[in-house]
Amino acid sequence: MNLWIFGRRSRPLVCQQVVEMVTDYLEGALSPRDRARFETHLADCPNCTEYLAQIRETIRLAGRVTPEDLTPEMRTDLTDLYRRWRSED
Amino acid sequence: MREAGRAESVTEPRRPASAFSCTLPTMEPDDSDEWLLRGLRSGDEQAFGTLVDRYYGSMIRLALSFVRSRAVAEEVVQDTWLAMLRGLGAFEGRSTLKTWLFSILVNRARTTGAREARSVPIADTGPVVDASRFGPSGTWAEPPEQWIEEAESRVDAEKLRDLLRAAIDALPARQREVVLLRDVEGLTSTEVCEVLAISEANQRVLLHRGRGKLRQALETALGGPISSSSGGGTR
Repeated sequence: MNLWIFGRRSRPLVCQQVVEMVTDYLEGALSPRDRARFETHLADCPNCTEYLAQIRETIRLAGRVTPEDLTPEMRTDLTDLYRRWRSED
Repeated sequence: MREAGRAESVTEPRRPASAFSCTLPTMEPDDSDEWLLRGLRSGDEQAFGTLVDRYYGSMIRLALSFVRSRAVAEEVVQDTWLAMLRGLGAFEGRSTLKTWLFSILVNRARTTGAREARSVPIADTGPVVDASRFGPSGTWAEPPEQWIEEAESRVDAEKLRDLLRAAIDALPARQREVVLLRDVEGLTSTEVCEVLAISEANQRVLLHRGRGKLRQALETALGGPISSSSGGGTR
């Protein structure tokens, strides 16, 4: 039984599997065993390390996307809406 | 305004327990959502204006993920503000204002979007990196091209934002919703699940696919050309 567990644990991940696990890794959703396999792979694979860094950079850049500004017309409409609501009760 | 009083869509989602202690009332005036909400309740138009400024753009962007036209998205956003004002008395701050607003909006936008009879989204279940980029053993045959340094030091910030915006707009709607809420708006995974009423696992799958497509778009736009000769990786 121990041999079976040992055999499972030592099976390495390949790059194609690793890229599909990246989000679960970043979300902390991998089992401890899979997390260890993932990190073991990264330690030896510059390409997957680069891929993970690129996903992190993508997230960072997405966080910089700013929403558009409010138009004066829409501001007037919404202020009217607020006044209407205030006079409702 | 259509259906502005629908009660079920103003239900307040639950805030993660860990954030509970942050809602203690402060007496100092500031521009926090909590303070502005208090102003709203007492009829302070300026407080409303500040909140509208803060969330309008995000709301329009999110609404456009559900409905086709700009005009309809604007209606959805107006309906959302009115529903929010009408639900204000019952809002206890168990979720953040942002999460609550987005939840109302998603409910309304979904109803409106369904009425618009949008086409059913195509299932998107392929791998996040094209299978042709891996060899038979599953090892990279065509590794990721470098672009991080390019993005950080050589590309104009506005150009980067345009690139990201276009890539986000090109995502399938459900992936776009998750990426917008999670990565652009900075909601937690729990909050995203509440706003969109989806499971954590589903959220992760959509996020995974969405982020993968954004990364690919950045690589395509900023990465060096794939060299036919091997070994020439540095620029």
